[in-house]
Amino acid sequence: MPSVMLRKREDGKLIFYVAKKDLEETIESLEFDSPDKWGGEVVLGDGSKYAFEILDAPPKIPLTLQAKRL
Amino acid sequence: MAAMTREETEALIQEVLEVYPEKARKDREKHLAVNDSSLEKANKCITSNRKSLPGVMTVRGCAYAGSKGVVWGPIKDMIHISHGPVGCGQYSRAGRRNYYVGTTGVNAFGTMNFTSDFKENDIVFGGDKKLSKIMLEIEQLFPLNKGISIQSECPIGLIGDDIEAVAKKATKETGKPVVPVRCEGFRGVSQSLGHHIANDAIRDWVLENRDGDDSFPTTPYDVAVIGDYNIGGDAWASRTLLEEMGLRVVAQWSGDGTLAEMEKTPKVKLNLIHCYRSMNYIARHMEEKYSIPWIEYNFFGPTKIAESLRKIAALFDDTIKAGAERVIARYTAEYEAVIAKYKPRLEGKRVMLYIGGLRPRHVIGAYEDLGMEVVGTGYEFGHNDDYDRTIKEMGNATLLYDDVTGYEFEEFVKRVQPDLIGSGIKEKYIFQKMGVPFRQMHSWDYSGPYHGYDGFAIFARDMDMTINNPCWKNIKAPWKNQVANDEAVKAVA
Ligand code: SF4
Repeated sequence: MPSVMLRKREDGKLIFYVAKKDLEETIESLEFDSPDKWGGEVVLGDGSKYAFEILDAPPKIPLTLQAKRL
Repeated sequence: MAAMTREETEALIQEVLEVYPEKARKDREKHLAVNDSSLEKANKCITSNRKSLPGVMTVRGCAYAGSKGVVWGPIKDMIHISHGPVGCGQYSRAGRRNYYVGTTGVNAFGTMNFTSDFKENDIVFGGDKKLSKIMLEIEQLFPLNKGISIQSECPIGLIGDDIEAVAKKATKETGKPVVPVRCEGFRGVSQSLGHHIANDAIRDWVLENRDGDDSFPTTPYDVAVIGDYNIGGDAWASRTLLEEMGLRVVAQWSGDGTLAEMEKTPKVKLNLIHCYRSMNYIARHMEEKYSIPWIEYNFFGPTKIAESLRKIAALFDDTIKAGAERVIARYTAEYEAVIAKYKPRLEGKRVMLYIGGLRPRHVIGAYEDLGMEVVGTGYEFGHNDDYDRTIKEMGNATLLYDDVTGYEFEEFVKRVQPDLIGSGIKEKYIFQKMGVPFRQMHSWDYSGPYHGYDGFAIFARDMDMTINNPCWKNIKAPWKNQVANDEAVKAVA
């Protein structure tokens, strides 16, 4: 379960950053991204997949979250 | 020599790799690449931040070097104890030329070496007692110090000393921050992990010190300069530009910086990152905890400076935007004169770089402003995200080499035949003896600053002075220089 730091890039894209793994990728898709449900499976720019826990509201970004590698 | 094609460059890499045993070849192959600027991500072409191969010559440093030498060392009003044997600190003392104002030994300590000078006894019985004693001595001899950092050298981690406990006790006794840093040299694959550990230590032991204290008056234009180590005065040359455009620079991390500046940084509106590699961690942390946005900028060469000033100004109101334009306009005549003077002498010259944190990509623009071309570049300890940012800056089919070995670098130079090499002191004399003009690009070869418009003028002069130095014509013994001989004979006849 890597610790992932989420931030918004200048162009508005979400960036998925894992310091330990030296991984900095854009988030291409997020399973749930609505005002009442957020999280689930994410697909990164390099095609790898992770999953966040599902929250009932979009969190304030930047934020460090735990993600599971799929 | 004409530019190499992609195939030629690929063939060169293969040829250089040939001498290695198979296992080593497989490993090194991943670290050498031909640039393809159409790629988005560097991990498709190059691997970085891996353990160096045993037996090859790497020029990397250790985690202690990353923490003491780079991040903590320049903070001038703190005393940084090189905790362990004397050599690690003494052999790296003041080599980086982080300039500062202050009276050394009284209220600034940048060029001094403090060490616990471990002996066999300390290794056998532990050094915690000695460390406590040193802190008291420091308080007596240098009462104006603002705090102490304990920079662990290799043995500390090996013998399991509890420096955190000593630090807490000392803080209680003196009332000043004492920061234990677990940057033992054996951690990680290069100095890069040392930067990260140092950033984490600042996060845990310094950054929160003034949380909830609003006595520091802020303005909407407060910024912090992060990752400028004031080498040869770099941070000063950068700071003047930012202040001229109307911003207030609250803190310099860490060149000519102080503990108080670091503690006040969480109050700023924007963090400006110059050396991304060594300080992005703390910027990311401040973004998350204090909602301070950060951006990267580049103050090498007028093109990149103007680009960066505008990028920074875009995040502020119209007065700052106008300020940025005013600054650019004010220096235009000055830098155009520099380009007019040096470009004719430097145009078309080809450069190979092999440096550390930010320069393998940041200085490319400055060379291009002078009409020069960077044909090869590489990082000692870069990560993937550094190469991501580099492939766009470099031309197609140019060489990229990560953690290059002494042998590979020499072979590349022999074949590519650059007009100038920019790298470190360990490479300098090898290449000068090979007859290739060389600039030491870590501490600017005893020159600088190179940042900002003022720095660009010095940069251009230094490059000209090196490349067009008459000594290069005399490297070859006259009787070996057939062409020159024939001409001399003709002249006599
Ligand atoms: S690797 Fe260890 S012994 Fe060598 S300089 Fe670094 S801290 Fe000192």
